[in-house]
Amino acid sequence: MSQSISIDDIEVPFESGQTIMDAALAAGIYIPHLCHNPCLKPHGSCKLCSVEVNGRSVSSCTTKAEDGQEIINNSEKLNKARLTITQMLFIEGNHLCPTCEKTGHCTLQAVAYHLGMLDGHFPQFYPKREVDASHPSIMLDRDRCILCELCVRASRDMDGKNVFAISGRGTDSHLSVNSPTGKLVDSNIDKDDLAVHICPVGAILIKEHGYEIPIGCRTFDLRSIAEIDLGDVKLSEKSQHNE
Amino acid sequence: MNKIRIATTSLAGCFGCHMSFLDIDERIFELLEHIEFNRSPLTDIKHCDICDIGLVEGGLCNADNIHVLKEFRANCKVLIAVGACSINGGVPAMRNHHQLAECLAESYLNGIGVENPQIPNDVEVPLLLNKVHPIHEVVKIDYYLPGCPPPADAFMKVLGDLIEGREPSLPKTMLRYD
Repeated sequence: MSQSISIDDIEVPFESGQTIMDAALAAGIYIPHLCHNPCLKPHGSCKLCSVEVNGRSVSSCTTKAEDGQEIINNSEKLNKARLTITQMLFIEGNHLCPTCEKTGHCTLQAVAYHLGMLDGHFPQFYPKREVDASHPSIMLDRDRCILCELCVRASRDMDGKNVFAISGRGTDSHLSVNSPTGKLVDSNIDKDDLAVHICPVGAILIKEHGYEIPIGCRTFDLRSIAEIDLGDVKLSEKSQHNE
Repeated sequence: MNKIRIATTSLAGCFGCHMSFLDIDERIFELLEHIEFNRSPLTDIKHCDICDIGLVEGGLCNADNIHVLKEFRANCKVLIAVGACSINGGVPAMRNHHQLAECLAESYLNGIGVENPQIPNDVEVPLLLNKVHPIHEVVKIDYYLPGCPPPADAFMKVLGDLIEGREPSLPKTMLRYD
């Protein structure tokens, strides 16, 4: 028997075990998200993908689809909350887009464009965060880390290495590296690892590949995050570097 | 009909936003049918009169920046934060990672090629703030025009909307932070 949910009054079929996010993406409905990647086990930390299910607010990436659910996704109220979350992510880190190599390829930036973010609204934290440039091929700039744990999950579940973890609490939370010195150069990370290529912001970058694609011609300069996440184009950092 | 009076200034920024504004090229003549410039680097007027619109580029890195910003806020009915530096501190805010004393020492005492090293100390030189701040942390901002710099078309769109009495808005294609 076919099962379906309703997202913004559109009937969406799903298979048992799928989350609301899975069903939405398969149906071509964009739900803004940052910490979710279909390749990895959902994490539910960024809360951008919050939707209302039968009047309750839930993370769509961790909530299983159930027959008959009536879901609100693209509402003014939810998008306003998502905008506030995105503004907080910007002001809690040091996200200076004009100086960032990831600009134009950055999912955080693209989500902010999608939500119409014009300013950070809140006072800037300007936190002091450590840069790790020790590895010959990989750069770790914690200024831009949004603690989505995509690299943590990719390293653990796909690369089988456990290179990354989140340490500390609250505003002291930071990405730590599993090596005797805490430096990337002393870990067993490799530049072909998924963990290196999955960062949605410019926290983990491949060295010696700067500005190969000019600003203005980059991923989100050409297509919106909604189009890209729904599979219109596949322009991963990895494929660009291999070209 | 009275023209709409506009003031502009650059605080802790690179003047790139003003240059981008001038990229409207010959459309400035069309604009000048509706507006007049008051305090601005374009007119060299030093203090603004009562204005309809104030465009502020750059963040706050010294005491003079705060003085100018407060004068703008007091005199401009509508204040627009223009560009990354005014909105989140931008490139000048990269010094916020360091102590002010370290920055001064690096520039004026220990920098390569510095002769007769000394920290500038003159009443004419505005005192630096410990940190660079975006302008919304000091005064109320009415509208934000992001970009580094915002494209010329974005200036035209926002000013065009205001001239015609509409709530300013940017289409997604003109919204960018780099």
